[in-house]
Amino acid sequence: MLSIKNLQARIEEKEILKGINLEIKPGEVHAIMGPNGSGKSTLASVLAGREEFEVTSGDVNFLGKNLLEMAPEERAREGVFLAFQYPIEIPGVSTVNFMKTALNQIRVARGLQALDAVSFLQLMKEKMKLVEIDQSLLNRSLNEGFSGGEKKRNEIFQMAMLEPKLAILDETDSGLDIDALKIVANGVNKLKSKNNATIVVTHYQRLLDYIVPDFVHVLYKGRIVKSGGKELALELEAKGYDWIKEEVELA
Amino acid sequence: MDLAVKNNLLENIAVPSDGTSAIRHQALYSLHSLGLPTSKTEEYKHTAISRLLEKNFQSLAVSTSKGNVVADTFRIQNLDAHVLVFINGEFDQAQSSFSTKELNIQPLAVALAERKEIVEKYFSKLADTKADAFVSLNTATWNNGLLIEIKNNVQVTKPILIHQINDASKSKIITASRNLILVGKSSEVSIIEKYDSIGEANFSTTVNEVFVAENAGLTYTLIQNDGGQRYQFNHTSIQQESNSRVNCFTLSLNGKAIRNNLQLSLDGEGIDSHMYGLYLLTGDTLADNHTVADHRKPNSISNELYKGVMDGNSKGVFNGKIYVRPQAQKTNAFQSNRNILLSDKATVNTKPQLEIWADDVKCSHGCTSGQLDEEALFYMQSRGISKDSARAFLLYAYAGEVIEKISNETLRNYIDNLVSERLHKNF
Repeated sequence: MLSIKNLQARIEEKEILKGINLEIKPGEVHAIMGPNGSGKSTLASVLAGREEFEVTSGDVNFLGKNLLEMAPEERAREGVFLAFQYPIEIPGVSTVNFMKTALNQIRVARGLQALDAVSFLQLMKEKMKLVEIDQSLLNRSLNEGFSGGEKKRNEIFQMAMLEPKLAILDETDSGLDIDALKIVANGVNKLKSKNNATIVVTHYQRLLDYIVPDFVHVLYKGRIVKSGGKELALELEAKGYDWIKEEVELA
Repeated sequence: MDLAVKNNLLENIAVPSDGTSAIRHQALYSLHSLGLPTSKTEEYKHTAISRLLEKNFQSLAVSTSKGNVVADTFRIQNLDAHVLVFINGEFDQAQSSFSTKELNIQPLAVALAERKEIVEKYFSKLADTKADAFVSLNTATWNNGLLIEIKNNVQVTKPILIHQINDASKSKIITASRNLILVGKSSEVSIIEKYDSIGEANFSTTVNEVFVAENAGLTYTLIQNDGGQRYQFNHTSIQQESNSRVNCFTLSLNGKAIRNNLQLSLDGEGIDSHMYGLYLLTGDTLADNHTVADHRKPNSISNELYKGVMDGNSKGVFNGKIYVRPQAQKTNAFQSNRNILLSDKATVNTKPQLEIWADDVKCSHGCTSGQLDEEALFYMQSRGISKDSARAFLLYAYAGEVIEKISNETLRNYIDNLVSERLHKNF
């Protein structure tokens, strides 16, 4: 589904990704872990198309198409979704309106009819239950004055609405207490299927107790330096990142 | 005449002779001593309106050519209102429809001729002819406009729409309108002033003097959505007595060059004043808003929010003065001016000017100017929304903060549609 080959990217003059290789198949959950500043969030941003990063080398193929050539909205229409680490507050735009526009632009781009108001509301109600989010929150200005937990839940709600083929969760656990974390993880799990894939970017193992990965990759200094199964995450939790750093420096 | 006439534009300015001749001549004298503002005139520092006028007009004398426009072309759909249409400054009875059951509406010239006390008490008492050359020009030359008088304890059910249309399709047009509005004690009224024009360059001055008596309420909405050839000066002075409420909306959506003076004098206690402004500028448009909230007595509130979007080579100017006089203790005065610049060539000059002589007051002001939030754009795009839609969405939401304050639903929807359409087409 997603094939990343030798991906290199920089911001201004600073090289951040120095050759990422990653293969993801439908139905898989991949965790990207690593110490702060290793390039985890940059990888998420580059996949979603954030313009401030310049891709200097490499290929990203998503369902047979060159992802790097697409504008962010085209990627979303192809089925890529990024749950933001810091969701943006947009005064004056309600989540409901925002989602209606987004969903319908995606549908039209895929050659489907735009949903009418009734069908949209029906869909929304169904997805609200899934992520345990309240209608009153969705009628308010997007993320404005939301708590950290509400913002992250709203991200997962949007993900539920747009039903992406590839969901990238960027530090979705940061700033969440355990109850909020469970709700968010539960939402993500319900959305999993054999047809879609998930990338979970996280610094801590905690989230992975609830969203269980098939693969764990450790990103350090812009490269994937170690890959393994879910037990690798537990090992990192127990031993920290220093042993990984040492291994890399030795090699 | 021994006064130096610096500007050719001020030659041949005729002063009509009527009951206000003395005031007119005084105003003309002020006009010649002030001269048209230049870049050295403090209040016009950023607004080269005289230069623009010189380029486009030979004289600022009021023109006499009649126009022919169907006012319905520019109507506000479904708005149930008293409608007073002026074409090239001439009252158009056939296209107007209003009743005088709840209120007195008559041509200002007639009212001033018949009722001396109105001239003595109200006329040219608020708009200072010595302070602004265009107020002088208007006071000397106006030849149309209304007295709108609402007696005590009258809730005027329908808004009053003053529709000023200039037809410059055959020749350049210059108009000068004057309105005097008296809102009686505990009465309520909404007045809408709408400007439209067709054809080539035209220039209009309007001066409104408004007296809002005790416990009365006024909503005043100015809609400037012109075809891009109108040069426009609008001056509105409002005097408020105790416990009165005023909501002003200044909506400048199009036009060549606009200068608005809005001056509120809070001359009583327990007053509530709101000034909202929205300007959406493209091309070479200029919009300059100068506002004043003058707190003269204790315990009143003024609140101001002006928001602008500037694209192309357009230019926005905002100057907001708040005066709090020594006796105006316990004043609350707030002001905010926000601007979004969409192009490198668009500019804005914003200047809050607070002069506070009382010590027990709450005042705040803030102004910002910047680009559209790139993070917000990316966020929307990442959900599948095209960049153009995302921009329109953000701008629309930004403008919405002003539009949502309009209480008349039909009017609000009308403005909402205009803005929405503009944002999708032009930005």
